[in-house]
This record gives sequence, structure tokens and C-alpha cells, in this order.
Amino acid sequence: MEASRLIVDDLACRRGERLLFRGLSLNLDAGAACHVTGANGTGKSSLIRILAGLLRPYAGTVERAGSVALIDQSLALDEHLPLGRALAFWAGLDGAVDAANLETLGLADLLDVPVRYLSTGQRKRAALARLLGQNAQIWLLDEPLNGLDRDAVAMVQTLVAQHVAGGGIAVVASHQQIAVPGMAVLHLPDFTRELVR
Amino acid sequence: MSTIRTLLLRDLAQLLPGARKGNTLLPLLFFLAVAMLYPFAVGPSPNVLAATGGGVIWVAALLAAILPLDRLLSPDLENGFFDQWALRGIAEEVVVAVRLLAHWLSFGPFLMLAALPASALLGIDAATLQTVELGLLAGTPGLAAIGIIIAAVTVGLRSGGAALSGLLVIPLAVPLLVFGAGSLSTGGEGGIALTAAISLVLVAIAPFAGGAAIRAAREG
Repeated sequence: MEASRLIVDDLACRRGERLLFRGLSLNLDAGAACHVTGANGTGKSSLIRILAGLLRPYAGTVERAGSVALIDQSLALDEHLPLGRALAFWAGLDGAVDAANLETLGLADLLDVPVRYLSTGQRKRAALARLLGQNAQIWLLDEPLNGLDRDAVAMVQTLVAQHVAGGGIAVVASHQQIAVPGMAVLHLPDFTRELVR
Repeated sequence: MSTIRTLLLRDLAQLLPGARKGNTLLPLLFFLAVAMLYPFAVGPSPNVLAATGGGVIWVAALLAAILPLDRLLSPDLENGFFDQWALRGIAEEVVVAVRLLAHWLSFGPFLMLAALPASALLGIDAATLQTVELGLLAGTPGLAAIGIIIAAVTVGLRSGGAALSGLLVIPLAVPLLVFGAGSLSTGGEGGIALTAAISLVLVAIAPFAGGAAIRAAREG
């Protein structure tokens, strides 16, 4: 497996008329994790989407080596299908689904339940199952802890720690505390407010 | 190849008539309802019906093709499917091309079947029916492509999308109707050949127009 890298140079992001951040540089090698913090509206989600290549940065470059997996607000699972079949669609694109993952995530008993009946926390777990099935080297997680109970938060931390220990890269945008050994913290300042001042 | 198969199976499960999600039977029933109600509206005179029936089938086919527009692409964009496909290196063009095929399969062959009872209701003779069926075979892929293009162009619009869709259909559908329904009055293969040519052009540009529109909507 080729070593994964994520290099961000002098990144700026503009949404509409507002400059959310600028001059942002980041250098993540294999085995690095980064926690993106910042108040609401400072551009955490935009940064994640730029890192994923889904949003064009206003300025700067993003260099990715390795496959990318993303969790954000949208679940990307068919709401009307039972969870098992909704996940099977992605398993068909990514390779076989690992039953052990479903057991770890506490989803094994929910496979017959249509996705639309799942609770907020269960939906986040389902997204994690999709993420794990992808076997990607770079994890981009936008608010992965929202709606999760304490056990599930600990489980996500373990998963991220294992992923990073295995030579992966993780970027986690969250306003919640996340305890992963060796995790760097990137704080997005409230740039728009400073600009007004 | 397996990617395309996986995508196509999911699309068909959502779009084929009788699929659990949405009103997948509506275009077909709508088509038959138009054929059934038209004689009541213009009167039962066989001459009028025979002269105009083929055109009515064409208009009904066009409207049936654009009925499912709002659920062709936009749910997948809102639910993040296109993001996830992009991360896996599956181009929007591929997704749209597969969706186009699934959309056509979900109404084209069924409309051609439904044209049989419809022609009986409208008093269309066998020779005209043959022209109608050939014309539909040539034209429905183009109608499907029009539907896909419009669905993609309006995909990021939360409100006003329906109004814009209605306006966009008119210029795009005119050539197909002129030659498709026109082949009925001339009885010629020339009209059907031109319909097929327009269909091919529309089918060829739809994946690229759709892909570009979806990428533009994602940036917004």
C-alpha cells in the first residue's frame, strides 16, 4: 500500500461574500490525525469538503495521496431500504462488507430496519459502517460524534486510533472533545469577526 | 463493469414501475388516462380521433417521461450519494448515463406496450400504430435524455425548479415532437429516422450535460 499523505498549502475558503479562513497549511503524513475545532460557521465543514476534493478552494492547493472516505451530515444510504440492503449497495462498490464491523458498531440487530426509522445515533453508526467498508486511507469526518452516546463516542475514538495506528490519516472536524493519542489540533479562528473588527 | 451493474440495479429498483419508492406507476397510468379521456374531450368522431390520436399518444408519452423528474437526480445529490461516488472515483457522467438507461427502461418499453390499448381507445388503425410504435422506439430515448438533462440542470434549485423544468421541456421537446408525431402525417420513415437522429444526439450529450450540472450544483 502506497503511503498516504495529505498536504494543504495556503488554503483559503470563501463562501458567498465571506472569507471563512485563509493562509491555512497542513501537512499530514501516514499515521497522523488532526482535530479541527472552531465555532459554528468558521468553515470546519467547508474545510472537510475542500480536503475531500468536493469543493474548490478559493486559493491554495490540496495534495492527496491515498483513497478518501467521508462522513458528513448526509448519510448516503437509501432511506426506504432496510439497513442491510442499503449498506450492501456500497459493499457492492467497495468490496465485501465485514460482518465484524457491524458487530463492533452495534448494527447487527438493525439490519432489517429501514434506514428512515433509525435514530440519530444509529444513523451515525451506519455511516461509520459505510466508512469502514470502504477501507480508505484518509478519513475525513465531519461531526462524527453528533448524537452518539458515551459508549459510541469511545468506540469512534478507538476506531480512529486504530486507523491512525495502521498508517491511515484522519481529519476530524468536531466541536466535541475527541481523545486520540497523538492527535494534532487545528483551531479555525473566527476570521470573519476579526475582519469586521 | 461491476460498478455499472451495481449502479444500474439500484436505479432500476427505484425507477421501474411497481418499485417501492415513489409513484413509479404514475407515468404509465397517466399515459393510459390521457388516451382514455381524450375521446371524451373531443367527441367520439372516428375521423377526428384517427387523425389526431397518434399526436395525442406522443404528447402523453412526453408528459409521462417528465413526470418523475424531481426524483431522478436530486434525492441522490441531497443525500450525499454523488459525493460518495466522487470520492470513489466514479464519474458523474457514468452515474448519469446509467441513470438515463434506467429511466428509459422504466417508461420506454412500458409506454410502447401501453400504446397498444391506447391505440384501440383512440381508434388508430394498424398501419398508423406501427408508425407510432416505431416512432416511440426511436423517440423515447430522446425523451428520457431530455428528462435527465432537465433534472440535472434544476438539481440544485430548491424552489422554482418545477417552473424552470416546465419551461426547459418546451424547446428541447419540440424537435422530437415535430419529427416523431410528424412521421404520422407523412407516414414516412424519414420522420422516424430524424427522430432517431435527434434522440441519439440528446442521449449522447445527456451524460456530459448532466455531469457538468451536478458538479456545478455541488459547488454551490
